[in-house]
Amino acid sequence: MTAVRDDDRILQEVADALRARFGDAVLGTASAKDGLIVRLDPSVLRAALLFLKEEQGFNALLDIIALDRLKTAPAGPRFEILYQLYRFPAGQRLRLSIEAAEGREIDSAQPVYKSADWAEREAYDMFGIRFAGHPDLRRIYLPDEFEGFPLRKDFPLEGTKRGL
Amino acid sequence: MAFEEIELNMGPQHPSTHGVLRLKLRVDNEVVLGIEPVVGYLHRGMEKLWESQTYHQIVPLTDRLDYIASVSNNLAFVLAAEKLAGVEVPKRGQYIRVILTELQRLASHLAWVGFMANDIGAGTVLLYGFEARETILDFFEDYAGARLTVHALRLGGVPYDLTPENTAHIRAVLDGLPAVLKDIERLLTGNRIWKQRTVGVGFIKADDALEYGLTGPALRAAGVDWDIRKRHPYCSYEDFDFSVPLGRNSDLYDRYLVRLEEMRQSISIVRQALDRLPEGDFRAKVPRVFKVAPGEIFHSIEAPKGELGFYIRSNGTDKPERIKMKSPSFINLQSLELMCKGNLFADVVAILGSLDIVLGEIDK
Repeated sequence: MTAVRDDDRILQEVADALRARFGDAVLGTASAKDGLIVRLDPSVLRAALLFLKEEQGFNALLDIIALDRLKTAPAGPRFEILYQLYRFPAGQRLRLSIEAAEGREIDSAQPVYKSADWAEREAYDMFGIRFAGHPDLRRIYLPDEFEGFPLRKDFPLEGTKRGL
Repeated sequence: MAFEEIELNMGPQHPSTHGVLRLKLRVDNEVVLGIEPVVGYLHRGMEKLWESQTYHQIVPLTDRLDYIASVSNNLAFVLAAEKLAGVEVPKRGQYIRVILTELQRLASHLAWVGFMANDIGAGTVLLYGFEARETILDFFEDYAGARLTVHALRLGGVPYDLTPENTAHIRAVLDGLPAVLKDIERLLTGNRIWKQRTVGVGFIKADDALEYGLTGPALRAAGVDWDIRKRHPYCSYEDFDFSVPLGRNSDLYDRYLVRLEEMRQSISIVRQALDRLPEGDFRAKVPRVFKVAPGEIFHSIEAPKGELGFYIRSNGTDKPERIKMKSPSFINLQSLELMCKGNLFADVVAILGSLDIVLGEIDK
């Protein structure tokens, strides 16, 4: 098992491999306090996930995190979607980040990682982000007849009359 | 008998679903063909609520997620927020956190073994497990004034120091536990009925478990050596000597053995922490108005139910821009169908029990 302090260097190599493979579709990298973030163009998302899984050994997708940037970055694409990947047994974690304008369909990660199924349903339920190729994209928490997407920044905290 | 596929509904009100969970089952006579879990009955919109609360106010709200292990929820959140804000927790505070969360793991696993045995029909074990868990809850009440939703941690450390009376109380609790574990083992480990219900049931391949994002004792029972306390240590876990029990057969019996051994390891960790409890402060100075510079972080811990993580995006104010919780029960429940397919209908309850889900955490 590699030491934790080597993780930064190893993840940098992964980012370089992604860049060599996908060129300009890798928009950049950033380091957060918990590790490396690779920003990708959404068009190569599924190919990049497949590359990371099959050739780089990132065999688990732990979570998908969606964010609404209506208030923090109103000029850019509205949503940001993060993919939290894990490489077992080496233990490195990598975060992919893509931007999605409102109404844009994002390729589903479910054909690559089965664990993406519910995570994408949750992102759809809360933000209304649609994932192309997802086998069963329905709301997961809220009832089907619920109107609106509650984690969007313009959805009022106290709820709406058309909700519940 | 002729092939006849029928659909069966289980829940959302059903004693063995451990909350309000609905399962849509497709069965052919006694054999399970498919399961679709339906969740959301307990959805309280926690993530939306958190965006309107200050970081300090969010800590007690996390108690309400996995209410069987509330201290673990606290820990995952405060660690993420502290790491994002650059708060350094004093060593004594870290050790007390380890003591509290390992006690919480013991309480959670004791409740689990009781529920699990009760689901299969061995009601006696529930009483043994709960009696022992009660001694731990008594300590929490003594320390923090609450038993279930303890709110035992604060940003920067812990709210109270451990007094000599507290440590004596913990040692008395720990001294009582090995005998209980032995009783539980004598009731279950060699028990023929228990083994018939658990050995070879609920199998999942290690590769599939990773593919479905399974974490926690169920993943380790499949032989995958994944414990965040070892690989990404937090709270000075690197100071303690403990092993990570692994299973081989990835069935219900191995999940039981793994949790039983984890309890023994937890007892040892708490003892080590008590023996070597450093002097000094137990809480760093954290301002009442806790503003966090813009940034993001994902931090996870090894909770009793699996990997529990918090993603926080901060915006410079004392309230977060967005928090996403990676709840182990939610992700783990996804693999239920795979584990149940081809097993008998009566085993569904047992397999569900073996995952140790809590609906408060699934529905958020």
